[in-house]
Amino acid sequence: MAIPDPTAAGVAPLSAVRTRTAGQRLAPHARSFGNFLVVILLTYLGLLAVTFFIGRVIPIDPVLAIVGDRAPAHVIARVREELGLDKPIYQQFYIYLGKVLKGDFGTSVLTANPVMTDIKRAFPATLELASLGILIGAGLGVPLGVWAAVRRGKLVDQVVRVIGLVGYSVPIFWLGLMALVVFYARLGWVSGPGRIDVSYEYTLTPVTGLLLLDTAMAGEWEAFRNVFSHLILPASLLGYFALAYISRMTRSFMLNELAQEYVIAARAKGLSESRIIWRHALRNAMVPLVTVIALSYAGLLEGSVLTETVFAWPGLGLYITNSLQNADMNAVLGGTIIVGSIFVGLNLLSDVLYKLLDPRTRIR
Amino acid sequence: MTSKAASLRSWLDTDRPTSRRQAFMGRVYHGCRDFSRNRLAMLGLFIVLGLVGVAIFAELLAPYSAYTGDLRTTRLLPPSWTHWFGTDDQGRDIFSRVIIGSRITLMVVILVAVLAAPLGLVVGTVAGYAGGWVDAVLMRITDIFLAFPRLILALAFVAALGPGIQNAVIAIAITSWPPYARMARAETLTIRQTDYIAAVQLLGASPWRIVLGHIMPLCLSSVIVRVTLDMAGIILTAAGLGFLGLGAQPPMPEWGAMIANGRLYVLDQWWVAAAPGAAIFIVSLAFNLLGDGLRDALDPKAAK
Repeated sequence: MAIPDPTAAGVAPLSAVRTRTAGQRLAPHARSFGNFLVVILLTYLGLLAVTFFIGRVIPIDPVLAIVGDRAPAHVIARVREELGLDKPIYQQFYIYLGKVLKGDFGTSVLTANPVMTDIKRAFPATLELASLGILIGAGLGVPLGVWAAVRRGKLVDQVVRVIGLVGYSVPIFWLGLMALVVFYARLGWVSGPGRIDVSYEYTLTPVTGLLLLDTAMAGEWEAFRNVFSHLILPASLLGYFALAYISRMTRSFMLNELAQEYVIAARAKGLSESRIIWRHALRNAMVPLVTVIALSYAGLLEGSVLTETVFAWPGLGLYITNSLQNADMNAVLGGTIIVGSIFVGLNLLSDVLYKLLDPRTRIR
Repeated sequence: MTSKAASLRSWLDTDRPTSRRQAFMGRVYHGCRDFSRNRLAMLGLFIVLGLVGVAIFAELLAPYSAYTGDLRTTRLLPPSWTHWFGTDDQGRDIFSRVIIGSRITLMVVILVAVLAAPLGLVVGTVAGYAGGWVDAVLMRITDIFLAFPRLILALAFVAALGPGIQNAVIAIAITSWPPYARMARAETLTIRQTDYIAAVQLLGASPWRIVLGHIMPLCLSSVIVRVTLDMAGIILTAAGLGFLGLGAQPPMPEWGAMIANGRLYVLDQWWVAAAPGAAIFIVSLAFNLLGDGLRDALDPKAAK
């Protein structure tokens, strides 16, 4: 397992660390990483056990769903056997595990495609939305949080607090609808639901599935503008929810850092206030912040379920909800596993990043 | 100030209580005093109490029926003096529906809290007190549930159980106990080192008695604060499930389902979706303010 050098992430290593060889430096990481991997594997196994359980307790009999309720008994028995439902439950789980690890989630009843094919088609839309969302959320949330911490108790601090509170309390789907009414129907600043206007949809050959990239690479700037005007409203909405969390956490991390002695030392040394805040304090606050940002990125995938429904955004969230409304369990559970896996993966990533960025968590 | 009130205050303020009752009353007094100084928290408390009042007297307060309207004359009317929040596509008065809907919201919140908080408390305290493999197994299960995105897991459970308000409550409860378990475990780990637990052990109390009678009550206050802070999240998740058509079913005036209904007309008749969403927003904001205030008043360490 290749672990990136901490220096590459923009953190100066302690001089004591620099004198050691790379192998010595990474060995403790590898060990704690090994432990971590076991934990993650167990968590993932549990995740699959939960989805397996949900698939089993569902009141719809999968056999009847295929053959209908008027099928003769021997047909029912044969289908039951073909589906492996006559085997003991632990064997069924084992077979299920094998299939899922190969990326086989079964066939969607609704689209008649393998669920994995559908998910591959839907995922780039969600990725594009959530990525722009986190860019907006972190790009505005971190400076706002820093500003609030520096001007603690002043007007800015109160405003940032209110922004955060509103973000925690407002239903995202409702805010999305109201934003559509104002910015699309009344003001006409942005395009409505969907990813792209129909007139552009068929002139475009998907390469990455990320339409901003695809249109830019094809040099279709008119289509690019169209994609952007569809994307900006739902992405800002998701970005706002990330911002609420990120700015609040940034503020509390920064307050922590600004109370440290090295800040006093830097002031005594005569460094400018902006240098102290942005170069010294924020850099230390960035260590826990990376975790927060990674977790909010994962949170946006979840938030996208409701946002995509409002904006008719053909991503993973809309796929899951559409499948839900049609009792298409293979698709629902497949989508759940994918989102769950990304969640677990981002959790893992944020933990590893934390260990790499913070010299104090290194085992000596 | 009369001398009687002054002596009562000094009785409450003393740092050397002479009885258990005095110590308890003193703590309650200080908690209430800190809390009532927090204006935003008081605002939250008033709104929550208002919600409870509206839910209790919903039938008296609602001017029209929440379930039937006049399809010929009152369809999709904009807000006016006769229909404060306008009417929906079935000609029903939205103001009345929002008021009756407060009952559903309150019921969901209470049921989830009643199901999830004790479950989390039991899992956390048992894991923390037992230690060893019991702890490892219980905490691993907790982590699995924590690792899952909450709404997605609730979605999958509702998909399996079938849509409906009871199943939505069960699904939300199943997905919201893990943080309480983690917190209760962390507190149990410190409590079980204390001398008085050792004393109870020497007296021969059974592990269950120690966990239920001596550890759990001490974890209760922090769990209550956490539940209050989570209430907003519970309301938003329930509304989200309702919006997706998986929670309360029509014609129940659940706020999330009302927004889903209003979505069809939102570009021309915005008020159908606007009012129930504003209600969700105000109530969850109130729970957030209340939870923040409670945390600051009960747990000075966590206050920043």
